[in-house]
Formats: sequence, C-alpha cells, structure tokens
Amino acid sequence: MHSEEENNKNNTENINEGYEVSVIGAGHAGIEAALASARLGCKTVVFAVNLDSVGNCPCNPSIGGTAKGHLVREIDALGGEMGRTTDECFLQSRMLNLGKGPAVHSLRAQIDRNRYKEIMKHKLELQENLSLKQAEIIDICRDKTGENWVLTSRNGIKYASKCVVLATGTFLEGVVHIGETSYQSGPDGIFPAVLLGESLKKLGLKLKRFKTGTPARVLRSSINFENLEEQCGDENIVPFSYDTEEIGENKVKCYISWTNDKTKEVILKNIHRSPMYSGKIDGVGPRYCPSIEDKIVRFPDKKRHQMFIEPCGLNTEEMYLQGMSTSLPEEVQIEMYRTIPGLENVKIMRAAYAIEYDIADPQQMNAALEFKEYAGLFGAGQFNGSSGYEEAAAQGLVAGINAALKVKNKEPLVLDRGTSYIGTLIDDLVTKGVNDPYRMMTSRSEYRLVLRQDNADERLTPIGRKIGLISDERYEKFTRNLNLKNEEKKRITKVVIAPSEELNQILVSRETSPIVTGIKMSDLLKRPQVTYKDLEKFDKTKPQIDKSIFEKVEVEIKYEGYIARQNNQIKELRRLEEKVLPEDINYEEIKGLRLEAIEKLSRIRPQNIGQASRISGVSPADISVLIIWLASKSRKKEGN
Amino acid sequence: MSTIAAISTAQGVGGIGVIRISGAESTKIADKIFVPFIGGEKENCIQNLSGYRAKYGRILHENEFIDEVVVLVFKAPHSYTGEDVVEISCHGGLYITKRVLRAVLEAGAALAEPGEFTKRAFLNGKMDLSQAEAVMDLISAKGKRANQIAFGMREGKSSKKIEEIKEELLEISAGLSVWADYPEEDIPQVDESVLKNNIHKICEKLRSMIDNYDTFKSIKEGVKTAIVGRPNVGKSTLMNYLSDSQKSIVTDIPGTTRDAIEETVMIGDIPVLLIDTAGIRDTLDKVEKIGVEKAKKYINESEITLFMVDASSPLCADDRELLKNLDESKTIVLLNKCDIGMKVDINELSTFKNKIVELSALSGKGIDKLKEIIENIVGLSKFDPSDTVISNERQLTALKKATEILEEIINQLDFGITLDAVTVLMQDALGVFMEFTGENVSEAVVNKVFSKFCVGK
Repeated sequence: MHSEEENNKNNTENINEGYEVSVIGAGHAGIEAALASARLGCKTVVFAVNLDSVGNCPCNPSIGGTAKGHLVREIDALGGEMGRTTDECFLQSRMLNLGKGPAVHSLRAQIDRNRYKEIMKHKLELQENLSLKQAEIIDICRDKTGENWVLTSRNGIKYASKCVVLATGTFLEGVVHIGETSYQSGPDGIFPAVLLGESLKKLGLKLKRFKTGTPARVLRSSINFENLEEQCGDENIVPFSYDTEEIGENKVKCYISWTNDKTKEVILKNIHRSPMYSGKIDGVGPRYCPSIEDKIVRFPDKKRHQMFIEPCGLNTEEMYLQGMSTSLPEEVQIEMYRTIPGLENVKIMRAAYAIEYDIADPQQMNAALEFKEYAGLFGAGQFNGSSGYEEAAAQGLVAGINAALKVKNKEPLVLDRGTSYIGTLIDDLVTKGVNDPYRMMTSRSEYRLVLRQDNADERLTPIGRKIGLISDERYEKFTRNLNLKNEEKKRITKVVIAPSEELNQILVSRETSPIVTGIKMSDLLKRPQVTYKDLEKFDKTKPQIDKSIFEKVEVEIKYEGYIARQNNQIKELRRLEEKVLPEDINYEEIKGLRLEAIEKLSRIRPQNIGQASRISGVSPADISVLIIWLASKSRKKEGN
Repeated sequence: MSTIAAISTAQGVGGIGVIRISGAESTKIADKIFVPFIGGEKENCIQNLSGYRAKYGRILHENEFIDEVVVLVFKAPHSYTGEDVVEISCHGGLYITKRVLRAVLEAGAALAEPGEFTKRAFLNGKMDLSQAEAVMDLISAKGKRANQIAFGMREGKSSKKIEEIKEELLEISAGLSVWADYPEEDIPQVDESVLKNNIHKICEKLRSMIDNYDTFKSIKEGVKTAIVGRPNVGKSTLMNYLSDSQKSIVTDIPGTTRDAIEETVMIGDIPVLLIDTAGIRDTLDKVEKIGVEKAKKYINESEITLFMVDASSPLCADDRELLKNLDESKTIVLLNKCDIGMKVDINELSTFKNKIVELSALSGKGIDKLKEIIENIVGLSKFDPSDTVISNERQLTALKKATEILEEIINQLDFGITLDAVTVLMQDALGVFMEFTGENVSEAVVNKVFSKFCVGK
C-alpha cells in the first residue's frame, strides 16, 4: 500500500492528456454538458463506461410529459440538444392536458430508443472540440498546483482538466436487485462505476444512497392486443425544438391495460421476496414512481392499477410495461404480469429490476451546480438526486455551460425561479436538498402561468444567445417571430368586430354573451370561451403567420391579468435575489438570528437573501436581520 | 417597497392612539380615508400638505365616521423611517385605534412586520451604524413574539379551525395538482361545480370567523367572566383589586356602575375578561334599567359568573331572584365582606358546594382561593384556546386576503377561466396561511399529492 501522499503524487504525475472540461458520464446530463462546453469553445472530453450506452434510455421509451415537456422546450430554447434529437426519432407525439389551460400543456413523445442513442452518439462524435471516450474513471483529485483536476481511468490513463462535470447517473456504486438476487451493476446490464465512489468520499463529498426501478421489457408477439384500449398520437404534431421545421408522423400506438385482484394476490403472496420489503434495499426510492408492489401495499383500497404498453422502437419487438416496475424475483414477475389482460402469455425479454446508487447531496452545490467547497467541480443529473432524462439533461446543460464559463473566467449562469423550470429545479435541489429522487412537476413552479412551454424561447433564447449557444439563423428566426407576435397583439386591439347573427350564434353556443355593438377583437379573445378559430370568418385582416404565434397571442391576451400578477411576484423575487450574501459569512456572529436559522444557513450557505428565504426554518424575522446585517456591512465599507 | 402601517402607541384602553403609515403611498392612502373639517378640498388634501404640517378631520370607514383625528405629515427623508410618513392620532382607545388601522390597511397599506419601521429607518440611513445590532435584536425579539401569536402558534398548538381550513385548501390544491401533473393516471376528474362548492364553503367559514372578530370572542380578550350581584355588594371593589386600577367608580351609593366595565386580568396563566356589571335589581330608574338589562345579557354570555353577595347581611329577595337566573355549573359564589360578619345561611347555597369563597374584596382575603377555582373551571370546562380563531389584526388581514382570493377563484370559474389559473390562485391563498408557519406551499402540495394519490409510472 502507498501512503496517501504517494498516492496523490502517483495520481498527478505523468498526465497523458489535458482538457479544459471533462464530463464523467454520457447519459442525458453528460451529453448536454459536453455539447454545451465544446460548443462554447472549450476543449472537452466526455467519458462513458460503455460507448454503446451513450444517451441510453434505460427506463421508459419516451421524452417529455407534464413539466418534463417544459424542461425539454427550455433546454432547446437555451441551445441544448434533447429537443432536436427527440424530434428526429419520435414514434408518437401528444400534447398532454389540452383543455386544462396553457400553463399545463405538456408535450410528450414516444421515441425509438436505439435511434435516439445512435443520433446522440453521432452528434457527440461530430462535435468540434469534443472527444468521446470509453473509459471508467476511477479516481479524481486535484493536481499539485490545486488549479486542475486529475482524472484516472481504469486503464491507468491520466487526464488533467480545469473543470469536471460529474454525471454518473445510476452507475455510481450501482447495485441491481431482483428478488433475492443482487449484484453490482449499472443500468441495463452495463457494468457500474465501483471505484469512483470511494474516490469522491475521500475527496470529502457527502454522498447518499438512492433507489429507483424499471419494469420488464416483453416480446411484442407474446401480447394479445385484441381487447386492449389503444392510445394514438396527436393529429397536429407540435415539435419540441424551435429549430424543427418539418416534423414526421406518428408511427406507433400504445396500449392500456389494468391489474386486477389476481395481480394483487400474486404480489402479496410474494411480498416478502421483494428486497424493498425484506429490508435488503437501504436506498430511498422515488415517491412519484412507485413499484407495483409499493402501489398495492400503500393503497390497498385501490381495486386496479392502470398500465401502459409502449413500443421501444421500430427495429425491435421489445415492449415497455409502464406502471409495472418491480423488484420481485423474475419467476414472480412472470406470474404477476400474466394475470393482466393481454399479457396472459407474455414473455419477458429483460426482467424488471430495482437499482441502488450513490448521489451527492445537492445542498453542497451552488445554483451554478458547482460544488461550493470544490472550485471547478460540477454535478448534474441523477448524481444530484434528481430523476428523469429531462431533469438530467436540464442540469447537464447548465453545468456544462458553467464549466465552460469558469474556464473562460466569466460570471456563471444562474437561472432563477422566475426564468424557467430549469431554474426552479436547480433551486429546489440546492436549496431544499433531496430526500428521494426529485421529479419535476408543474405544481413545483409558483410562476407556472408565466413559465409556459409555448414561450420557452422568449424566456431563454436571449440568454442562450448571450452565452453563445444560439446560432445567428436561429436567433433571427426568434426575433422575427417575436416581432410578428407583437405586431399581431397590436393589430387585434385595433380590429373591431361588428355584431352579426352568425357571430352571436357562435358566442351563444360557447355559452358567452352575444354582442350588440362593435367590439375590439382583443376584448372578444379575452373571453375564455372564444378562440382565434371562432373569429376567423370575421377577422378580415388576419395575417399569414405561423399558428404558434396566434396561440401565444391568445394565451397572453386571455391570461393578461394573471401574467401581470406573476410578473410582479417575479420582480419581488429578483429584488431579494440581488442581495448577495458573501461566501465567508460566519452566521454565528450575527446577533439576532435564531439557532435553527444559524444552523441551516451555515450548512446551506445561500448565495443571496432570496435563496435564504426559501430555506425551511429561516423565518421572515431572520431574513430582516440578514438584510440589516448586509446593509450595515456595506455601510461600514463605504465608511472605510 | 410597499407602504406599511401599524399602531405605534402602546396598546391599551384610553389615551391617544397613533397609527403610523410609512412608504411612498402613505399620503395617498391617508387621503382615501380622511375627510377634513375645514379647508374643504377633500381631494388629495393630505398629499398636498408639506412636511411637518397637520390636518384636523375625520376617518371614514365602511361609510361611517369612526373618529375625529389629527393627521400629521412627514416628508421623506425628514421622518423616522426616512420615507414619507403619515401619523394619524385618534382618541377612543384600542377598539377605535384598531379600526382606524383597519381602514388604513383596507386603503392599501400592508401591516408592518415586527420591527419594520426601525428596519426601514436603518436601511434609509436614519440610524447610526452602532445601532445596527440593537435593531437586529429588536427584530428578532419582536419576531419571536409575533411567531408565538401567529396563526396557530398559541401554546404550541395550532388553531384547529385554521388548521382545518389549511388542510381543506391543501386537499383541493393537491387534487388540482395531481389532475394537472398526472393527466393519464386513473384519478378522479376535477368537477368544477364541486370545486366551486368546496371553495364556497371555505369562504363561508372564513367570513364567519372574520365577523366574529369584532364580538370580542377571542381568547385574546380572555375568558368572559361576569361579576354579578345586588348593588353595592362590592363588585367594583373586587374588580379594582384584581385589575389593580381604579376603573370602576366606587361609591357608597347603590347603582353607581351604570355600564358594564371590562378589564382583562391574568389569573394564573389564563387571561380573564372581567365584566363588572351594573348592580342588578328591579328599578324604575330608566338609565339604571338599561344597565341591568345589559348585565343580564352578560350573565348569559359569560363563561364564568361570579355571584357576589354581602355576607354581612342575610340573603335578600333580590339575591334569591338572581340565584334562579344563574347556571350553577359556571358560577362561583363570593361571600364578600365576610370580615365584617357572617350572616348568610350557607345551606341556601348548598348547590354550589365547593365553589363558595369567603372573601374580602377590600383586603384581598380569599382572592387566592377564587383564582384557584377559576383556573379549575377553565381547565375542566370545554374551553379550548385552540378553538378560538382570530386573535390579532395580522390574522384578520390575512384571513381577509385569503377570502378575497377564494372569492376571486369563484368569480373566475364563473367567468370560465381554465383550472391552471385556479391552481395559481389556490397557491396564493395557501400562501396566506403558510407564511406564518414558514411552510413551503409547493412542497406541502407535492407531499399531499403523494400521500393521497397512487400515481406514477
């Protein structure tokens, strides 16, 4: 055995290659981080344990969904890749929640999972400034100067790097559980990263153990679809990416079935064999994504549980059983699945499993996703305690951008809660920490009427442009559409629609009052019941512009009051976010803070008053005390 | 920064009350509720005043003139806070002062946070740097107290009714949230008429709480305790002894106390609202008659009745008449003036068993035993401080705000707005309740979703 000193010496000598930014992991977080960094001109490397697992979707074969769809639109608006790639390989697309209001419209697409991987890997390969390498990184430490990080691969290659993004997903110390069987493994049977965890602990990072799971993949020809309800895609497909001009068509259907008493019986008979219940798994599992045995135990009164059968791709017969994740033994899985209508003779191709993995407590990071105590070290994705491809990609993009900005000695990108779901996600993670894998939901954003999926570009494309991730062409298109929207908004306040029997018939049929005198078109559109389409016949000067622009205008007109109200709330939020708390505060020395507040503030070390105010246990009086303290400090400075 | 207001004089009955308003809108707000006696030009008369000038006039609230006041204007930066400040001096003790404050709040000011005037004064450079720590201490001390009296924090226990309403709002929010975030799950659809109905019910509850605020039912004013007895048996003397002041007019002429006098005293840990009623007896005197009827009303409304007799003479017809009207379960018999002589036949009072106290209101003899019995009754009765609801102006403002938001939801639903907008308003309504306890609204809603619904792939 070497002493630690010798170890460090060994680790930092004989550097083989040098990079500005290194990304560990090439899942959804790693991909966005690596592409963003390389596109911003940094010499970047991205490592994957297995190059065939780049951009893998080891769980559901779909991208988007409620709030997650918002994230993908935002990633795209900021200059990320997920939206474009999804548009290129989707199999079925649906806008969820139509009719429930624009704030909760969410796009979701079934994707061809192999195509997705292939396209993403190819994009990484073609990207200038970017090297894609198959390597398991087993050690990370600082070099002698303390300025750079040194990464060591299993094969003994040493890479020096200014910044590092950790995006290890479920690979870090991964352990798979199927019934009584468990073994070290990453997702989808790929080998895990077993040595890196030790190295991170040695570095001093606080790690936690989480758990997640996935259902079985089954053979299409073993399913009887005859009596199953079908689910088809939308007629009018909205692409994820603002770049996509031509979008393909729906190619597949999904199916719905239900569990029953027999399913429950099989599960309860074997519940002691589930590692979650036998006490074998210590990791904390996601509340929003419970295994079927969890659902049955926690909600015993529920007679049946819904499940979806989804195709994994065009060139495969594997089908995904959404809603049926489990860690029961494989033979029980077969027995259980076969109780479900349509699956009477189902053949499992890949068994369901639960996986435990290490994450880093995200409260160790700032809103730029950089570790507060480890300059140049960033975290993203499941490594930060989130769950979901979209949540991972969003963080990857921000971490990658910030790693690159750090290399260039520029101010980091911090997205606040008023800008985006991405900002909300990151703020929740770094301020509140995580007790179980974090999934994005629309209810998590207090500004959801402003943070809509339709206006992600207006919120984030100017920021992406400033950073350098938005091309001239893309930006021109954006400003063009923005101008068209503003013109259209002006136009409809000028167009007066005259009363007519035909119009009033429509209005009455929509259960809104008829008009007796001419009325401004904008006033008619303010009514929740009236749409552009209803007024088409009476609107003689309607311009020939993209229909997405009309949709935006309509939303902005209808929700004007709410949007103004939320914008005011955001303004107030920013007033507090601008009050920066110095990094070296000794909270114990601030008179008037309560003990609980001192403890929380010292641990989380918020960057500004706004973030401090969101920490549970920090009261409004504590915030006032902090504000006074800040003011007196700056006055003292002036005095000097 | 918003314009804030609060009562800036010590709270108590009598004297002059000052309501201070600070912020850019303060003169505008004052103009909304102030009507000058002279100078005629009601429009913007306060806004047109220069600094250190005053106006004499009346405060208008809910279409009624509530008090005559002097309004004094300070112009930024020449004021305590360094902002525009308006001070309204009114008469009339706590009730009127509170009502003027309420008028100011309804005209657009926000209720000042604990220590906020001082905080602003500091931030605007009106205070010396060396005072910063004192300011922080002040805020933290006031904040602690505010926390204690905030919603539900009384004796570490939440007000049940407030908790109930919070829970109901949370359930509705969780229902809307799961409906929005899990569109494809097997969960109940949101029925707008049910939703409206539920919100309407909550509104009703809130409104009745708000209405009750003015009837002095809250714990803040104490356990209602009426002191009854024939004239001149020593009721006012007892009241004075307990409250340690000369509030009641004590003379030897029977019937001096014509109006009920109220005073909150602490008996043990319990705030007790003593009501010294007019001496009860049949009388032809018109003024006196009104006092007697009021007293009877107070007996019915009181949670504890102190029945006082003059022990130095035997029970008379008036005493016996009163005895009939008392509810023995909540009555304590006080045998006053027992130091002069004990002429009352105890057997006549046997139904009161161990709730009889031999007393001398003058010397204080027997007071300890009285306190003990009151504590007992309060402890044993159904009296539950957590059942009382609104106990201060801050809570009242908050509940009013919540009610307004909920009413807006109903209006908006009638107008046909989509439910995503409703979720945002619900969140604001919940925020009103959670602000006090420091809970995070979205976190609470998300937790509710997962505890209540079986969702997830």
